[in-house]
Amino acid sequence: MNTINIVSRRGFLERFVSAGALIIGVPVLQQVSGAAEVDDAPFHPSVYLGLEPDGTVVIIAHRSEMGTGIRSVLPMIAADELDADWKRCKVEQAIGDPKYGDQNTDGSCSITNFHTAFREAGATARMMLENSAALKWSVPASECHVKFHEVLHAPSGRKAGFGELVALGIKQLPPKKEELKFKSPSEYRYIGKDMPIIDLEDLCTGRGKFGIDAKMPGMVYASIERPPVFGGKLVSVDDAEARKMRGVQQTVTLDGLKLPYGFQPLGGVAVIADNTWTAMQARKKLKIEWDLGPNAAYESEAYKKQLLDTARKPGKVVRNAGDVDAEFARASKVHEAAYYVPLLAHAPMEPPAAVAEFKDGKVLAYAAVQDPQAAQDIISKTLGIDKKDVTCHVTLLGGGFGRKSKPDYVAEAALLSKKIGKPVKVTWSREDDLHFDYYHSVAGMYMKATTDAKGRPTAWLQRSVFPSIGNMFAPNADYAAGFEMEMGWINVPYDIANQRAENGPVKNHVRIGWLRSVSNIYHAFAVQSFTDELAAAANRDRVEYMLDLLGEPRKMNMKEDGPHLAKAGDKMDQFPLDTARWRRVIEVAAERSGWANKKSSPGHGFGIASHWSFNTYVAAVVEVEVDQRGQLHIHRVDIAADPGQIINPDRVNAQFEGAAVFGTSLTLMGEITAMDGKIQQSNFHNYPVARMSEAPLKTHVHIVASNEAPAGVGEPGVPVMAPAICNAIFAATGKRIRELPVKKTKLA
Amino acid sequence: MIQLKVNGAGRQFDGDPDMPLLWYLRDVLDMTGTKYGCGMGLCGACTVHLDGAAARSCSTSMKDAAGKSVTTIEGLAAHGDHPVQQAWKSNNVPQCGYCQSGQIMQAVALLKEKPKPTDHDIDEIMQGNICRCGTYQRIRQAIKQAAGVKA
Repeated sequence: MNTINIVSRRGFLERFVSAGALIIGVPVLQQVSGAAEVDDAPFHPSVYLGLEPDGTVVIIAHRSEMGTGIRSVLPMIAADELDADWKRCKVEQAIGDPKYGDQNTDGSCSITNFHTAFREAGATARMMLENSAALKWSVPASECHVKFHEVLHAPSGRKAGFGELVALGIKQLPPKKEELKFKSPSEYRYIGKDMPIIDLEDLCTGRGKFGIDAKMPGMVYASIERPPVFGGKLVSVDDAEARKMRGVQQTVTLDGLKLPYGFQPLGGVAVIADNTWTAMQARKKLKIEWDLGPNAAYESEAYKKQLLDTARKPGKVVRNAGDVDAEFARASKVHEAAYYVPLLAHAPMEPPAAVAEFKDGKVLAYAAVQDPQAAQDIISKTLGIDKKDVTCHVTLLGGGFGRKSKPDYVAEAALLSKKIGKPVKVTWSREDDLHFDYYHSVAGMYMKATTDAKGRPTAWLQRSVFPSIGNMFAPNADYAAGFEMEMGWINVPYDIANQRAENGPVKNHVRIGWLRSVSNIYHAFAVQSFTDELAAAANRDRVEYMLDLLGEPRKMNMKEDGPHLAKAGDKMDQFPLDTARWRRVIEVAAERSGWANKKSSPGHGFGIASHWSFNTYVAAVVEVEVDQRGQLHIHRVDIAADPGQIINPDRVNAQFEGAAVFGTSLTLMGEITAMDGKIQQSNFHNYPVARMSEAPLKTHVHIVASNEAPAGVGEPGVPVMAPAICNAIFAATGKRIRELPVKKTKLA
Repeated sequence: MIQLKVNGAGRQFDGDPDMPLLWYLRDVLDMTGTKYGCGMGLCGACTVHLDGAAARSCSTSMKDAAGKSVTTIEGLAAHGDHPVQQAWKSNNVPQCGYCQSGQIMQAVALLKEKPKPTDHDIDEIMQGNICRCGTYQRIRQAIKQAAGVKA
């Protein structure tokens, strides 16, 4: 039963292709600005493709699989460019290693940043095989062509399988990047098709191995009691009762964290036992005295008031055009609204879990992580060993949503293993997951506008206040980080002469971290709800009004108007904010939902919202019914999206279908609160997420055909949901929801 | 000593009779297809069949499982080709897949009770199974396909 060989064979590249295999490494630039040439980089990030003598193509998936299908889809790009038979390709999951480039599977950027590298890997392999065949047959390489896992020489009718050519291929130099020839899209075999993911069979039969399923020989099980308030510390522990339980081996104390908190473990007391359940039960018998630390007075109601009060005061100006103040001074009437979005928890179905062994100064870990390199890093810092001495294997992830790019739980397992000298599995309970998350930030927004006679804004002011993710790395980061402002705040694309965006300061009292679509959630909620409010005040059709505010199709010059997205692409020439594309998704959502013929009536409403995030344009039309009892039913969602070129339409659709449900959860019922510094929610009864009966009955995804560069699909479907649902509720009931979740407002 | 059957094989357990069946399956038998999600019967990730009926293994103690026959996702069909599993595959239901063992076990139990389920039946029986990725509409589609009812 003890096995470390989870999710097929894993290891360094040298271990999973046999000796004599042809290994092709294509250097790729890490997608950070300033990295001029790969040879100037401190390391050579690469994706790899190998050919076995038996003809098997081995493709490395260096990004984590948490449900997007990425570990199938990126390798498929290489297989297509190589014109390989997908059935004869083997995908191997990479361990954490900088040579693969960025492995942090977040920011909806895997395809954006790596599709070219995988195409190049495939094209390189194809051309080397063609050259090898030319040598073998003494014919010009231009007469040799790969076709479906073979090289053909058309004039003579000769054929050679990939495997036969490996020995010759090894002796060749790979073609230069500029010599690479690529397939034309009409020749694609897999790209653009609804190919099933490689894990489908395993996921339908219970064979898929997640972090929580990983085992190592001699492993013991740990459950950790952590400080109940963020920043608290252990004073003393009486573990006598816990140790009396059959199956309990020992308890271990762990130091509290130091600021900045980053990905450090929270500290506490661990119970080590023969199985998970015993560890969890014995933990309840610990008698612990805590020093609750500096955040013990944190309380959500007072904090909400503070955020909203601060949002009403002038803050730091992050974008400014024209003269908002002069226009407001002239105005006879202004519209104002304040919006609030609470803390949210990720609550992936698989709570954080990891196995690690410290042995001979080195760590071997198996974990559900979005970023194995970050796991290497925090383990090396926590244990005081070299990062190179940490091997982190990536299992399947039972959901991630941003939580699992913070690998504190892997460091817990490694630290415990070092302390007790055995491999340790750490499993977080659901209660742990909700009490000790890196929460999606709570936010308060204040919006103000004045309009002309037609209801079109002549001045537009927006202010937001929220604890920044920057706190993770700098404890005194009281203002938002640049990347948070770039997520739907400084890039509102409306054609309004006088516009100002501001951000106000606030102290932080919990761990904050990114959650699926991050700051876009509260920003889109405020901007798209306020847009609807102004349209309602002017009694104008929402679609017509939105298009009017977007103005003439144009590419926004983001370099002048504000900073650009740091994460998702970082290429302004490739991803200018194009209002023509934005307009198009609104038009498509309207067309496909039948907007023009749908009229809201009491109890039955249609709402629309649109947003741009991760370089993808999205608009959603939501149809709701509010019954006599005030119960809300979401009958239908139409999401139109333009994410540029797409690789696997079925998986793209699935991401938007899922985003509609994820967005529904946070809109209707998601709320984390604190009292006396302690998080009050503990499990799915008091932190509910959408169940089948509460989720949209039917979500129609409409992907706008595009030849633009591929952008993100994992996150961009989320931000439109809250404003679209709330705008639909307004259409059905006349009730304007300005505070999430909706469940706090009586709809009947 | 507790005796039970797991996927047709006789098993004996002499540990804590209060231990939930879930942890016996996962930690003792190494049958990790059955998942932990909440420990309180709130999410359905741990759903198995107990004498043929759907049960939350996180809230079923070993003493409650004594003398019973347990079927897990590993034992549902020898080749993973139960009609419900086939429907799951043809609709590409899973995203992360973590909850899907429980979803499939619950759906099999649903179809046993209601071979031609309505949307309302599906909502009623499946709402105990959370999918955080949001695959509900494909789950609904797959159930209808397996049942041979119109989508």
